[in-house]
Amino acid sequence: MIAPYVPADWLVLLPEIALVVVAVLLAVLDVAYPQLRRTGELGIYAGIGIALAGVLGIVFALPGSDRTLLFGGMLRSDLFAFVFRMLVIFAGVMTALLSSGVRGVSRHGEYFILLIGACLGMNFMALSADIIMLYLALETTSIAGYVLAGFAHGDDHAAEAGLKYFLFGAATSGLLVYGLSLLYGFTGETGLAAIAAAVGDGQVPPAALLVINMLLLAGIGFKLAAVPFHFWAPDVYEGAPTPVTAFISTASKAVGFAVLFRIMSVTVPMSAYLLPLLTAISVLSMTLGNLAALAQRNIKRLLAYSSIAHAGYVLMAVVTISDLGTAAVVFYLITYVVTNLAAFAVVIIFARVSGSDEIADYAGLSRRSPYLALAMLVAFLSLAGVPPLAGFFGKMFLFAAVVEAGLIWLAIVGVLNAILGIYYYLIVLKVVFVYPAPEGAASIDVPRVYSVSLAVLCIGIVVLGTVAGPWFDLALQSAQGIY
Amino acid sequence: MSFPLLSAITFTPVTVGMLLLLFPADRHTEIRITALAGATLTLFLSIWAYVSYDISLAGYQFVERLNWVPALGISYYVGVDGLSLPMVLLTGIVIFTGVLISWKIDDRPREFFAFLFLLATGVFGVFVALDLFHLFFFYEIAVFPMYLLIAIWGWKVSREYAAMKLTLYLFIGSVVAVVGALAMYFAAGMNTFDMLALQNANFPADFQRFWFPFIFFGFAVLAGIFPFHNWSPEGHVAAPTAVSMFHAGVLMKLGAFAALRVGVMLLPAGAHYWMPWIVFLALINIVYGAFVAMMQRDLKYVIGFSSVSHMGLVTMGVASLTPLGITGAGLQMFSHGAMTALFFACVGMIYDQAHTRDIPSLGGFGAKMPLVAVAFIIGGLVSMGMPGFSGFIAEQPIFMGVWAAGQTTSQYYLGQQYAWIDLVAVIAIAITAAYILRAVHQVFFTKLPAEFEHHVGDVTVLDKVALVVLVGVLLALGWFPAWMAPLVASSAANVMTILQGAAG
Repeated sequence: MIAPYVPADWLVLLPEIALVVVAVLLAVLDVAYPQLRRTGELGIYAGIGIALAGVLGIVFALPGSDRTLLFGGMLRSDLFAFVFRMLVIFAGVMTALLSSGVRGVSRHGEYFILLIGACLGMNFMALSADIIMLYLALETTSIAGYVLAGFAHGDDHAAEAGLKYFLFGAATSGLLVYGLSLLYGFTGETGLAAIAAAVGDGQVPPAALLVINMLLLAGIGFKLAAVPFHFWAPDVYEGAPTPVTAFISTASKAVGFAVLFRIMSVTVPMSAYLLPLLTAISVLSMTLGNLAALAQRNIKRLLAYSSIAHAGYVLMAVVTISDLGTAAVVFYLITYVVTNLAAFAVVIIFARVSGSDEIADYAGLSRRSPYLALAMLVAFLSLAGVPPLAGFFGKMFLFAAVVEAGLIWLAIVGVLNAILGIYYYLIVLKVVFVYPAPEGAASIDVPRVYSVSLAVLCIGIVVLGTVAGPWFDLALQSAQGIY
Repeated sequence: MSFPLLSAITFTPVTVGMLLLLFPADRHTEIRITALAGATLTLFLSIWAYVSYDISLAGYQFVERLNWVPALGISYYVGVDGLSLPMVLLTGIVIFTGVLISWKIDDRPREFFAFLFLLATGVFGVFVALDLFHLFFFYEIAVFPMYLLIAIWGWKVSREYAAMKLTLYLFIGSVVAVVGALAMYFAAGMNTFDMLALQNANFPADFQRFWFPFIFFGFAVLAGIFPFHNWSPEGHVAAPTAVSMFHAGVLMKLGAFAALRVGVMLLPAGAHYWMPWIVFLALINIVYGAFVAMMQRDLKYVIGFSSVSHMGLVTMGVASLTPLGITGAGLQMFSHGAMTALFFACVGMIYDQAHTRDIPSLGGFGAKMPLVAVAFIIGGLVSMGMPGFSGFIAEQPIFMGVWAAGQTTSQYYLGQQYAWIDLVAVIAIAITAAYILRAVHQVFFTKLPAEFEHHVGDVTVLDKVALVVLVGVLLALGWFPAWMAPLVASSAANVMTILQGAAG
């Protein structure tokens, strides 16, 4: 059946359309004004362009409380998807700005175009209501991501990271598409809602549903970097250009959760195995992520393991299957994206001057650059979940959802893991604040664009951590009617 | 709307702290003067709150309430009663004297004062909280700056280890209590974290018995309850002087206060069930802390373990669940706070000059710094519970309270032994006298070792002001307890009403 063509549907996609336009304009700029490559202004223009797409979306395409299917049921527009799209765009803006002074990436117009491509794919992942659309969007994101991860020319680590990301991504994506094809084979439908109805009618035998669940979890688990699909994360995070790492660890993970919710709305009703599986993944991710983070000497690897642990925290609330749980997840992801971007921003700024990502080299940072050290304090303590910073409310809401669902033991596992987290974040801060700087270490100069980005992120962290009410209301609204 | 006094008290320190961060790092004098001005303003505001509290009305006053996260019933909700008001005053005094004592800090004073003020905001926030979530929010703000303050400015030998140990202990306690608090929130089903509303939630008795230890011990870790006390002396010793003052003087009270406010007042039936055990643990605190203090050579460890011992008295007073005991606990929190701040200030002054705290190698400081000697001796007399000093005013009701609790019949074995427990605790005070007098004798009155002959002099005027303020408070409470005791008693009566509601 061909759905009727509705011109107004296009308005919903205004941010995505704007992203395409920005990408084209960047390509033109890149060719017409080669001098932009040298100054690094390309990144600033890209950042402004992506930001404009977001502003257009908020002004003209803000969805109400209604949910509409667009383009013959391919896309589903609701507040839930919108929040994630804006989150992706925010991460895109920050990544572009943070890339503007990074050697190896800032002088390549195609880098920023690929970044926008990845944003586009993620936005459609959040929007998709059809397994074909979902897979298309996922591959758009992934392929852009593989290239971005291996982007830095002549850098063996980056090339290795790109290849590893690609191999892992291709394998899990294959599993995912196999799972999706089984769903189609049993139900004869591609729309998620139709599949859900068919599953509800019992058209899929329970054993097949278990296999499908596992296949889908493998595909999504890769995006979330959740145990046991996390092996790529430390190496890729370490090897990829740091802004790309920041982008993969924030936007990509957040959208992974959006997709997980969409898929769960299909498979949850019938499968008794999914929730225990997810709970196990949650506990393993938290515990292994945190334990492995304790041993890291490289800050990017530390943040990689910490991001695995954070995926575990979020999954705790996912398994509650409640409005509060979903809202807590959305809120947590907002705080996590802002916080993790701030943490990576500090890493980028530090590496520009010192050329190192080793934690030991952060010694004396608070004397070399007191404000950078304070920004790092804010970002890391927010990751640790300390008030008055964003992570505190994020964690409290997660634990509240878990306790509401009666999973006291899971809450206890979660809080004890949070303590492990506090330990290794404080170890890093100890190096920054307590240890003396090496002899003759220069102070660290921070270019304007970086100081502005970092200030925005830190203020965001404090605002989310103090005036949490409106943001949580937004998260609650977007969580309505997910199931 | 009237002037939001409690918000002003809570947020003045953090505002000043943020302001300090805007100074260029090398303007040390300006930074110190601004810090002192901020601390003075804070002290002034807390005195103002104290004198304008209307005791004839009692109850919670200066109440302010704002929606914070309305979807979950979280509000910014503050008010003070007779238990929290003395704590607010104490915090004002300690931040003021702490800044005076920290004048000499030369390594990044800007960050030092900023973190110290952030800590103060956290402490004030907990004392004035009437919303459970609000309480946790500020409780954790009060905990984490300790890590940086100790790890950066602390005693080089043990600071990294002690700071991490302290932080992990306190955070573990806090998150365990958080889980308990969330369980209460959902069990009450009232969609509010308002503690005054939760008091009437009538949780089932088995629920209260199950969750009471989570909440009580979660907070009591910070009060140094046995067997979770050993972060505390380590932390005291490693911390710089002002932070030790804050830590022992105010922060440990935070634990006892929150354990009372959340544990006892929201789960009264749980309190009835568990209290005999807690009285017993408190006895171990008192006796064991005193004995360990007696064995120390390091003057700061002596004071650190004496804090463990004295905080045991606070816990015991609370655990007696009698009006006298709770009044005594409230007074002891104030008295011990000022006393231990005084002790740590004195120890800091001695260490600054002598560069050692090893008691046997010190001596004769009484002649060199007479005011410090006088202050330390007065602190010692308070600590021994001498009549005429605040310690007596506070400890006497605690012992009477425990004795009175022993007179009522109890179904628990330990509940029948209160009289013995009380006796042993009283005798432990004699041990206090032993270790304090020994330290006083050795440090101030023996012959001055030759190595100190030339470089030890008197303390600065600022230090003297701090000492005089703290001594003044201790003497004022000792001689004329009527300016505080009825206030605390009025709130203790309120706690008793709640407890009796649960018993009957």
